[in-house]
Amino acid sequence: MKPRFFRSIAAQIALLPAWLIVIFAYLGTIAWTIRISFTSTKVFPTYDFVGWKQYERLFATDRWIISGQNLFIFGACFIIGCLIFGFLLAVFIDQKIRAESVFRTIFLYPYAMSFIVTGLVWQWTLNPTLGVQQTVRNWGWQDFTFDWLVRGDRAIYVIAIAGIWQASGLVMAILLAGLRGVDQELWKAAKVDGIPTWRVYLHIIVPMLSPMFVTATVLLATAVVKVYDLVIALTGGGPGISTEVPAKFVIDYLFNRQNVGLATAASTVMFVTVLVVLAPWLYSQYFRGQRGRGA
Amino acid sequence: MSTTTMEPQGPRPSRITPARIGVYAFLVVSAAFFLLPLYVMVITSIKPMAEIRLGNLFSFPLAPTIEPWIKAWTYACTGVNCEGIKVGFLNSFRILVPSVIVSIALGATIGYALSFWRPKGANFLFAVLLLGAFIPYQVFLYPLVRMLSTVGLYNSLPGIVVVHTIFGLPLMTLLFRNFYAGIPIDLFKAARVDGGGFWAIFFRLMLPLSTPIIIVAVILQVTGIWNDFLFGLIFAGRENFPMTVELNNVVNTTTGEREYNVNMAATILTALVPLVVYFVSGRWFVRGIAAGAVKG
Amino acid sequence: MATVSIRDLEIDFGTLRVLQTLNLDIAEGEFIVLLGPSGCGKSTLLNAVAGLLDVTAGQIWIGGKNVTWEEPKDRGIGMVFQSYALYPRMTVKGNLSFGLKMAKTPSEEIEKRVAKAAKILQIEPLLNRRPSELSGGQRQRVAIGRALVRDVEVFLFDEPLSNLDAKLRTELRVEIKRLHHELGSTMIYVTHDQIEALTLADRIAVMNGGVIQQLASPKEIYRRPVNRFVAGFVGSPGMNFVDGTLSLGAGAPGFVLSDGTRLDISGYEFSGNAKDEQPATIGIRPEQVDLKEKGEDATILPISLNLVEPMGADSLVWGHVSGTQFAVRIDGDDHVTTPVTVDAFFSPSQASIFDKTSGARL
Repeated sequence: MKPRFFRSIAAQIALLPAWLIVIFAYLGTIAWTIRISFTSTKVFPTYDFVGWKQYERLFATDRWIISGQNLFIFGACFIIGCLIFGFLLAVFIDQKIRAESVFRTIFLYPYAMSFIVTGLVWQWTLNPTLGVQQTVRNWGWQDFTFDWLVRGDRAIYVIAIAGIWQASGLVMAILLAGLRGVDQELWKAAKVDGIPTWRVYLHIIVPMLSPMFVTATVLLATAVVKVYDLVIALTGGGPGISTEVPAKFVIDYLFNRQNVGLATAASTVMFVTVLVVLAPWLYSQYFRGQRGRGA
Repeated sequence: MSTTTMEPQGPRPSRITPARIGVYAFLVVSAAFFLLPLYVMVITSIKPMAEIRLGNLFSFPLAPTIEPWIKAWTYACTGVNCEGIKVGFLNSFRILVPSVIVSIALGATIGYALSFWRPKGANFLFAVLLLGAFIPYQVFLYPLVRMLSTVGLYNSLPGIVVVHTIFGLPLMTLLFRNFYAGIPIDLFKAARVDGGGFWAIFFRLMLPLSTPIIIVAVILQVTGIWNDFLFGLIFAGRENFPMTVELNNVVNTTTGEREYNVNMAATILTALVPLVVYFVSGRWFVRGIAAGAVKG
Repeated sequence: MATVSIRDLEIDFGTLRVLQTLNLDIAEGEFIVLLGPSGCGKSTLLNAVAGLLDVTAGQIWIGGKNVTWEEPKDRGIGMVFQSYALYPRMTVKGNLSFGLKMAKTPSEEIEKRVAKAAKILQIEPLLNRRPSELSGGQRQRVAIGRALVRDVEVFLFDEPLSNLDAKLRTELRVEIKRLHHELGSTMIYVTHDQIEALTLADRIAVMNGGVIQQLASPKEIYRRPVNRFVAGFVGSPGMNFVDGTLSLGAGAPGFVLSDGTRLDISGYEFSGNAKDEQPATIGIRPEQVDLKEKGEDATILPISLNLVEPMGADSLVWGHVSGTQFAVRIDGDDHVTTPVTVDAFFSPSQASIFDKTSGARL
């Protein structure tokens, strides 16, 4: 532990903005949101108490149920896709290849771009009338069909593909740093033992990188819950309501459909879900580790 | 020696193994997957609409034109306004500069105070800040709108700067706290023994040491704030819509045929700032990712 | 049949030549230590023998077989690394058996070999632990065990004790020596620690600048270093060097120091072509100087002493000979009052004389 006797009024003053933000912008707003979710608020806050009514209505709303399912489908595809693809990229880049930095730069650049840009690019590329489908047909394959973007049962996967395109580089960068940190003598030992390279990766390296996999997963999962702009740019939630997601649900009901009570109930559900998933990880990551370091 | 010349000697004969070919094949195909959208974007933006209607997505333009770029920049319509994406570009800059400065200044100070001074409640403060980085923004939005409109900052430039500062704070604090945790505490103790106070140590000792992490922070904040859509849409107000929001409006404003070439030109223009930051900063960008990702 | 033979080996890293046309023949069951400062090419040589890096030219033979192009696993070697390089998420047993499983060894055979290695190294109680739960010494035992189960006849050690503290280092050094006696395998051991080299080796190859400077028994290396580099590198505290000129004209051969003092070096056996008036350096180890008694063939060495460093069993006395710093090792019980100028004695037959420019032994 760092010594506690170095105290200063200045330190408290310096932290004042942080306290204000934490108390008002974080804790205060969360409490407020939760409070409103138990009212019948439409546009302007009314502080009555209607119990779980908003929540009952929420889970009776098709759009919310579909949003939840989509979040799950998108999340699973996106996270697993990014992890596998990103891991493969990192491993292949780690094979002492030529022009390594060129490949690295190419794999990571989409991560610098916004979801809006990502969404618009993929929307244009995959639009059935003038995009890839039409191009391939022009090349002679008249029956070629790739119209997932306008198919209600497939459009969510297109969003996942665009997401994977954008964020795989992130996983690659994180894992590559991990791979570069592996003791070179470990590789030598495995070579003397005659262990095939792929087995070294699978049995020795992957277990060693598990903290990095966890970190990457948390970062990706955070992005999944927040996903909004990508959907807006790519499908706008359509066709129909087939690609709605919770984040969009909340914004729509807050600002367009003027049903704040329902929107806050939805955001409270999001908040609690995230909290339940994250709390143990956050605790182990930041606070247990800290005690160890202080010794 | 003539008997041993047949023996293996010197380096192993280098063979091009199938595995080696496989590695490069995978990398090249992957690179194509990553580059294709960029290629399509650029190629589309310099085609006249007549060529686009043919549906040859990947073909080179027969009659390249920069007209779509000019239109996108100067007179593409967003709703009823036809002033092009340049309005959004300027707005983004007006939002970007103060947001980046304020959030980094605040994050550095708080990170420094948390690392070295550990005032009462520091752990609680940090825990909540951290949590803020992971919680979906939707929980904060409505009360924040009400608070900001109460103090008259809703739909204003200062309003959006405040919002960016609030939500940039967790990452900035984490970044600086981790960086300062790597500085030997003995250095701080020496400064204390020499009579340095809170601000003296910060400005004279710690800040000059912080250049690398400040660069990382600037990169993260510039790309992050430039790429933001949600906050800009909700808090900036019509007058101050950032480029991402303007872009979405341009694309969704259809009077007659959708002008894909203009849309793509506008998209590239919007992506330009973060892309330039990325290509110029190179390893710093990667370092930013690592700094944000690695635990405290 | 596990001799190791290195023939005309050259290794370049880019344009940098790390090993220059190097030849080394190691007998069956021999313990060879490659000793040298960092960057001398000793680890490079070991890695080349293991097959972990490509050679630029030359051949490597192990057990009468040319293995220059063989994969490490097919060379019949086991290797122990400085950082232990244990597979982190496997138990000790997993570490020992992983390579055997990969080689599709029958499981009874694996059990047998693991049990045997564990017994030899006394790590049986640790078999189900993970590397992170072991101490440094235990980890290195496991690393040795991993080489042991491979049932090979050549063991390669790459600075295996460098990461351990002094006490453990001594302990494991003895252990490795015992292992060599028990197994009778050929061992090649890389280190920069001369004590390890002197205690373990049958023969030491002192390396510098990618060249073997001297290959000889520890005793020979210590007594008759072939050049100034070897003389200076081996021995602690280091050999004293004093410059002067040879005087081989009339009368007894002498060594004239820069202040004019003439040392009688009658007992010295010149090995090569020493010339009269040749500038040279005489090397005398601190323990070869006696402050009290004149031995049989001893010669007088005037020395001014000014500082005593007691080290327990013995003491080091520092002073100057002809203006050059000079150390003398005396018994810990003896007393010297400093500063004082005395006539000390040394036996020329134990000293070394080197050419001043080339550093080669004369």
